Amino acid sequence: MLSVTQNEPVEFAPTLLAKFADIVGRYPEGRHKSALLPILHEVQAHFGWLSVPAMDQVASYLKLEPIEVYEVATFYTMYFLQPQGKYMLEVCRTGPCCLVGAERIMEHLEDRLGVKEGEVTADGLFSWRGVECLAACGFGPVLQIGPEYTFYENLTEEKVDELLTNLKNNAGSQPLSANS
Amino acid sequence: MARKLLLANINVPGINTLEVYRQKGGYRAVEKALKTMTPDEVVEEVKKSGLRGRGGAGFPTGMKWSFLAKPEGVPRYLVCNGDESEPGTFKDRFLMTYIPHALIEGMIVSSYALGAKVSYIYVRGEMMPQIRILEKAIAEAKAAGLLGKNILGTGYDLELYVQPGGGAYICGEETALLESLEGKRGNPRLKPPFPAVSGLYGSPTVVNNVESIAATVPIINDGGEEYAKIGIERSTGTKLISASGNINKPGVYEIELGVPVEEFIYSDEYCGGIANGKRFKAMVAGGSSVPILPANLATKTAKGESRLMTYESLADGGFVSGSSMGSGGFIVFDEDQCIVRNTWNFARFYHHESCGQCSPCREGTGWMEKILHRLEYGHGSFSDMDLLVDVSKKIEGNTICPLGDASAWPVASAIRHFRDEFEWHVSNREESQIRNYGLAHYADPLEPLVQS
Repeated sequence: MLSVTQNEPVEFAPTLLAKFADIVGRYPEGRHKSALLPILHEVQAHFGWLSVPAMDQVASYLKLEPIEVYEVATFYTMYFLQPQGKYMLEVCRTGPCCLVGAERIMEHLEDRLGVKEGEVTADGLFSWRGVECLAACGFGPVLQIGPEYTFYENLTEEKVDELLTNLKNNAGSQPLSANS
Repeated sequence: MARKLLLANINVPGINTLEVYRQKGGYRAVEKALKTMTPDEVVEEVKKSGLRGRGGAGFPTGMKWSFLAKPEGVPRYLVCNGDESEPGTFKDRFLMTYIPHALIEGMIVSSYALGAKVSYIYVRGEMMPQIRILEKAIAEAKAAGLLGKNILGTGYDLELYVQPGGGAYICGEETALLESLEGKRGNPRLKPPFPAVSGLYGSPTVVNNVESIAATVPIINDGGEEYAKIGIERSTGTKLISASGNINKPGVYEIELGVPVEEFIYSDEYCGGIANGKRFKAMVAGGSSVPILPANLATKTAKGESRLMTYESLADGGFVSGSSMGSGGFIVFDEDQCIVRNTWNFARFYHHESCGQCSPCREGTGWMEKILHRLEYGHGSFSDMDLLVDVSKKIEGNTICPLGDASAWPVASAIRHFRDEFEWHVSNREESQIRNYGLAHYADPLEPLVQS
């Protein structure tokens, strides 16, 4: 669901606008709507999620009606319509991963982070959720972390603990996103 | 050792770079096609090869190409389907990660054959690392004059772009993919018109799977007839199989079509047998959408013949006792796995991924998930199995796209082959919450016939 409470105005930095222009250049003239999905990925990588003002700005940039942006953002599962933890851990929960222990990994994450699926930890660092097949079935269980969607494969409880510790230790030194 | 056409050089260090890829004979197909063949001759070679679409439908690629409308003055498009999302399938991810130039080369050859001047590779958004790899490979190819204006001085121009998806299984359906590429929700289109007549931006378009496009490279290099010599009957060439589940060596294997299923599971060249010394219970041969088979029907057809990894043999027996090659997503279940739980998991997947356009799928997938959930958690009744079959039959064939069928088949086949296990969940409600049903009459023979 779109967030109606968090609607601070946003402005796109020149670096982001340059990326938009590059993306629009991939399509024939008049077909700039094709740029919508890639541009929403860039916006989310920059801000961490898609607020209504951000989507409105995208609509105005691409000369679309805002609803054309909302309907796309709500259809596809990768777009976050609410703020998430700095690290959103997405665990594959589909059949083949479950054959090799994905459900155990999700229980372990919930236990370690102390938050339920979709919630954010008090320090704002982590959130997690189960997602459908990530096309890495032979390397399961797997999880991914945006905005670059780095994969962590063949997970065990120990590997998850190690990953959480590393992310926590690096949290201060790493930028919020790959683009900021 | 089986012949490898796509993954022959997969272990060569640096094969992901243009330099090493060319040293190993890469881009010969581009030189040959663009310099010595007409586009129609390229199409003809692909027809002769017998290559069938590797995304799941198995439709002959050359024939699909020959349907492309060619009105004067209208651009034509080739769109590569890299929206790999079918549970059990991860071969395209593997190919794009480790040998991206195989896809770029295939895109150039195929675009030339179809007369496309602009082509797109649509990759699911979650594969952002693969998108970066492809973008880098495209830049390398462009710098070497293999893309862009006047490729290799032949006068042929081609621009190639990578488009990320947004996270939606349905975009693997070709018309949903085109909608998504146009910046819209991934709702499949009514057909006709087919994309060959009206596809991307209303122009004639061919949509092909990553592996199909990569396979055009060896076809052009060695000729369609050479390619067709590999395999059995109408299952020609090699196929990438994604092997997952309870096996010793999960991974991506390139097989010559025709390998016996039993050999594929037990031989050390492939899956290396069932993991942890367990016994083999069931198999899904071609991704979650195809019917699940119990062990005894996985390795042998109902007629008692050895079942082979071919389009025909995997489908032998129809949906009564056979399955389908699908995308080659080969999932193996050991004796500890619960078929009811797995069926519920897959039903949830299809409910989650239904685009909501057609009511039989939108509502039916939800009902099936709900009924399977109560069966799995000990609240089911004996009438639920017939109810599930009834719902699945009312979805099948009644939707715009095949997602409806894909949701119905795994449920119907699980009940057909494992009804006793579903009934056990009703008659043993409490016990079913503590332990799984285990093996039954459908088990594998105690000793595998092929010793590894």
